[in-house]
Amino acid sequence: MIAFTVNGRPVSLDAPGARRLLDVLREDLRLTGTKEGCGEGECGACSVLIDGEVVNSCLVAVGQAEGSDVLTVEGLERSGALAPLQQAFIDHAAAQCGICTPGMLMAAHALLQETPDPSPDDVRRAIAGNLCRCTGYTKIIEAILACRTRAT
Amino acid sequence: MAIPVPTESPAGSIGQAVPRRDGRAKVTGRARYTDDLVFPGAWLGRTVRSTVARGVLRRIHFDPAFDWQQVVVVTAADIPGDNVVALIRDDQPALAARDIRHREEPLALIAAPDRDTLHLAVQHLRVECDALAPVLDVESATDELAHLTIEKGDVDRALADADVVVERTFRVGRQEQLYIEPQGAIAVPTEDGGITIYGSLQCPYYVHRAVTRALGLSAAQVVVIPAEVGGAFGGKEEYPSLVAIHAALLAVKANRPVRLIYDRQEDIAATTKRHPGIIRHRTAARQDGSPLAQDIEIVFDGGAYCTLSPVVLSRAAIHAAGPYACPNVRIRGRVLATHTPPSGAFRGFGAPQSQFAAELMMEHLAEALGMSSIDLRRRWMLRVGDTTATSQRLAESVGTELVLDAALQQARPMALPTSPTLRRGRGVALAYHGSGFTGSGENKLASRVALEYTPDGEVRVLTAQTEMGQGTNTVLAQIAADALGVPWDRVTVVPPDTSTVPDSGPTVASRTVLIVGGLVAQAAVELRARLRTDRPPIRVERTYVPPDWIRWDDAHYRGDAYPAYAFACVVADVEVDLDTGEVRVTDLVAALDPGRALHPPMVEGQMEGGVLQAIGYATIEELKVDGGRVLNDRLATYIIPTASDAPRIRTVLVENPYSGGPFGAKGIGEIPMDAPAPAVVAAIHDATGVWLDEIPATPEKLLAALVT
Amino acid sequence: MPYPRYLRPRALREAVELLAATPDARPLAGGTDLLVALHARTIAPTALIDVGKLTELRGITEADGALEIGAAESYTALLRSPLVARHASALADAARTVGAAQIQNRGTLGGNLGTASPAGDTLPVLLAADATIVTDRRTIPIAAFFVGYRRTALAPDELIVRIRVPRDGRVIRFRKVGTRQAQAISKVVLAVCRDPARVAVGSVAEVPLRAATAEAALARGDLDGAVEAVGRDIRPIDDVRSTAVYRRAVTQRVLRRLLTA
Repeated sequence: MIAFTVNGRPVSLDAPGARRLLDVLREDLRLTGTKEGCGEGECGACSVLIDGEVVNSCLVAVGQAEGSDVLTVEGLERSGALAPLQQAFIDHAAAQCGICTPGMLMAAHALLQETPDPSPDDVRRAIAGNLCRCTGYTKIIEAILACRTRAT
Repeated sequence: MAIPVPTESPAGSIGQAVPRRDGRAKVTGRARYTDDLVFPGAWLGRTVRSTVARGVLRRIHFDPAFDWQQVVVVTAADIPGDNVVALIRDDQPALAARDIRHREEPLALIAAPDRDTLHLAVQHLRVECDALAPVLDVESATDELAHLTIEKGDVDRALADADVVVERTFRVGRQEQLYIEPQGAIAVPTEDGGITIYGSLQCPYYVHRAVTRALGLSAAQVVVIPAEVGGAFGGKEEYPSLVAIHAALLAVKANRPVRLIYDRQEDIAATTKRHPGIIRHRTAARQDGSPLAQDIEIVFDGGAYCTLSPVVLSRAAIHAAGPYACPNVRIRGRVLATHTPPSGAFRGFGAPQSQFAAELMMEHLAEALGMSSIDLRRRWMLRVGDTTATSQRLAESVGTELVLDAALQQARPMALPTSPTLRRGRGVALAYHGSGFTGSGENKLASRVALEYTPDGEVRVLTAQTEMGQGTNTVLAQIAADALGVPWDRVTVVPPDTSTVPDSGPTVASRTVLIVGGLVAQAAVELRARLRTDRPPIRVERTYVPPDWIRWDDAHYRGDAYPAYAFACVVADVEVDLDTGEVRVTDLVAALDPGRALHPPMVEGQMEGGVLQAIGYATIEELKVDGGRVLNDRLATYIIPTASDAPRIRTVLVENPYSGGPFGAKGIGEIPMDAPAPAVVAAIHDATGVWLDEIPATPEKLLAALVT
Repeated sequence: MPYPRYLRPRALREAVELLAATPDARPLAGGTDLLVALHARTIAPTALIDVGKLTELRGITEADGALEIGAAESYTALLRSPLVARHASALADAARTVGAAQIQNRGTLGGNLGTASPAGDTLPVLLAADATIVTDRRTIPIAAFFVGYRRTALAPDELIVRIRVPRDGRVIRFRKVGTRQAQAISKVVLAVCRDPARVAVGSVAEVPLRAATAEAALARGDLDGAVEAVGRDIRPIDDVRSTAVYRRAVTQRVLRRLLTA
């Protein structure tokens, strides 16, 4: 049995430890917000947070998540209310086709947890592992910058 | 007789940044894409492909060491209907029975209950074929898939009389759409012996027609329902028909749902690409720069099958002279077949290729004349009353000057290079792009939409237009609401499903807003009138009738090619590393005349996304094909720009309403792809003094040019 | 086709024993290379031995005039380490160019060595630094570590435990020329030191290599000679990322830049 938490809820499952975390999330837990775009860690569509760090879930064997806290896009809402980052993506029209959006949100979330007041270049670096083909990134970057909380 | 389209918006949603209809589902992960859909008992399918670029299929060996009872196998012999992917020409088989024409030709299909069994089955199947010598290079190809000629004036005489004649040859590469969601379809058999297709696709009725034909079913037995579409860019215009046919063949034989979801490698290797090609220009002018003649020859590599090549060529040719008013124009175009995976639709549809050449030609001509290319463009560019290459007289909404002025005004002084090995430069390019199908195309489509007013006051918009990120669901709701005079949130845009929505045509060709949106607006006007007399439920249907002034001669390719054109100007600043030939686009202004911007942030979003796709086209993106096989079929090797590669794209919307468009709007889906590539290449020249008439302008090519 | 077994030993010794006892087992650290190959079925190991959390493979410390980096420390850990910043800043420069955040958070220095790709971004820096690979049973000078295309001097059951970087104050300059600004595999990657003379280059041969004649020229203070010689020291090829011609020219130009800037 492999035990970890997903979006704050404990999960314990009997899966081969070498299976991809991505497949466990999508197939076993039906958390299909996490997407597969390439299967080799290039596109970032499968990004989730493990213990606060953004990772490609297609490159994590689920055994490696044992004892960890996993956060997926489904865990961003708080009691039915959109997180500020999610709202900003709507307000700035930062989601077009939306397939990169969950991964993009997770990378941005990790950045803002670590660096609440990032520069535009910080944002570009933070999402450089998340490919988007629709937006040219401009509105995504604006949306993330709109969620800065300035150091006091 | 068309109903006049309202162009005045009441205090409504048009022009407002209303929240996207699909925004909440997409930011919460609740939007369901094809691979997210669950069908209990579904099997997984896979396509068995050729291993030679050209050949004859002899046999498919099934290794008896594997228990074939566990799986389902489909070959050409199993196809109940016609073995074709119905489109323009019936030349492409769903599964090759004998002749293999490209390296990724589908030969058989397998479905299995799980991944491991599927993998084992594939490993135990061997294809035996006789290889033949393939034709891989368009320059040695002879088999013609399409050709056309556009003529205006007397080019030969103008060339003979000219003060200055400039000749150049341009080459454009094979670009991959690279939607982030790979192709996929799920076929579900129905009780009536029919099939329902769920998939990632742009054109539900294209898929409907193709599946009906190949499966030998009646139209009523086939239902096509697009799932949420994770990017398309033309790549999901015609190719999904093949994926859907394959899924359906497996599902029928297995008598259970079958999921056929491509992995990235298969998607890049096998699916359609932007046509690569060669474009030759001979351009003549007087010494003062005034235009005399454009003589243009386009040769595209169509790959193994016709697909949409004739229409891609048509759009390429019509746009090949650029947004200019030249009295004498000759454009000759050909698409030749090679034994490579078929080329097909990709945002811009031939126009990015031909306008890349046209815009660089303005640069070369300006250089030969010793004048600024901006001044030269002002002398040449189309204005109201001018005629295009197809002799179309433009009566209104011609934005060339507006976008050029706006872009130049927004451009900032260039920063100085930060190191002695860096050089900076700036390039400008202008483009136009016709909205809707070409010439008589929209007549033939005769698109239909419906509007319903329910007893509880809900307005339902029924069309076959798919939401693939471009904002269809939002903008059609805006149009219906404002034309009807109801609040925006009273309107529901019904998700397409061929069993419930009318055929409003494909979601392509920058046509959704102008053509389908126009129909929705007309239907809403009629509905508004009906509401005064009738009691709900009320249903109004409209069929497209082109504006009565449209004249088009298919035989001579002359006349009113499109009802309206969008215009764009791009000013691109680049920084070139002289040590490595690396190019970074540091700033980019894109001015766009969309007619009316129905939803400004979404229009900007189209521009920004297309601009970056075009920057990739200009600098780093190219599929490398060797022996008919795609070498860079992974995301690690087919390189597209990341956020660290993208400039901050500054979009300027210059409204310039078109009286025939809904609220003055024109189509803007594709024009973002047209101007950036020539602007970037001109900027590289400005920075280095080197002209690269070939894209992508890779560091390898640039360094080689810098050294010599 | 069953998945390989996933085993997580609690101590280094147990890990080595498991590796020795399990034919065709693979050590798993960050997984950023291994999971790609596993999913693509280009490898089919019988077991994955997860060494990523072994305490013996963690930590970045100073010891005996050297910087010691646990093999399972991630690129992000290198980027955040004040010790790396102070004593091996070029290693941080290289780590910053690996993939993007997702890869930097998972990929490890030991993994970069173990995979031994000729394009491995940190490898020229380790070569230029004269790093030592400390395994469960011996130490291997990095100059003897890469023995062929993606092959190392490690025994099949041998584990990289730490990487020792001499703390001798040498200044290493780093430059990666990749396919794009981020999430890129290198076309050419260089790490260069004036004193002692070190010219280490990746993506230009079947292994990351030190350019011996270029180093000899550099040691004589002959910069032009070094630039010329490096073109002969490397063995670049045409591949899907770039061309031999480009790689040779860029290696020479970037070397000159790094030596004169």
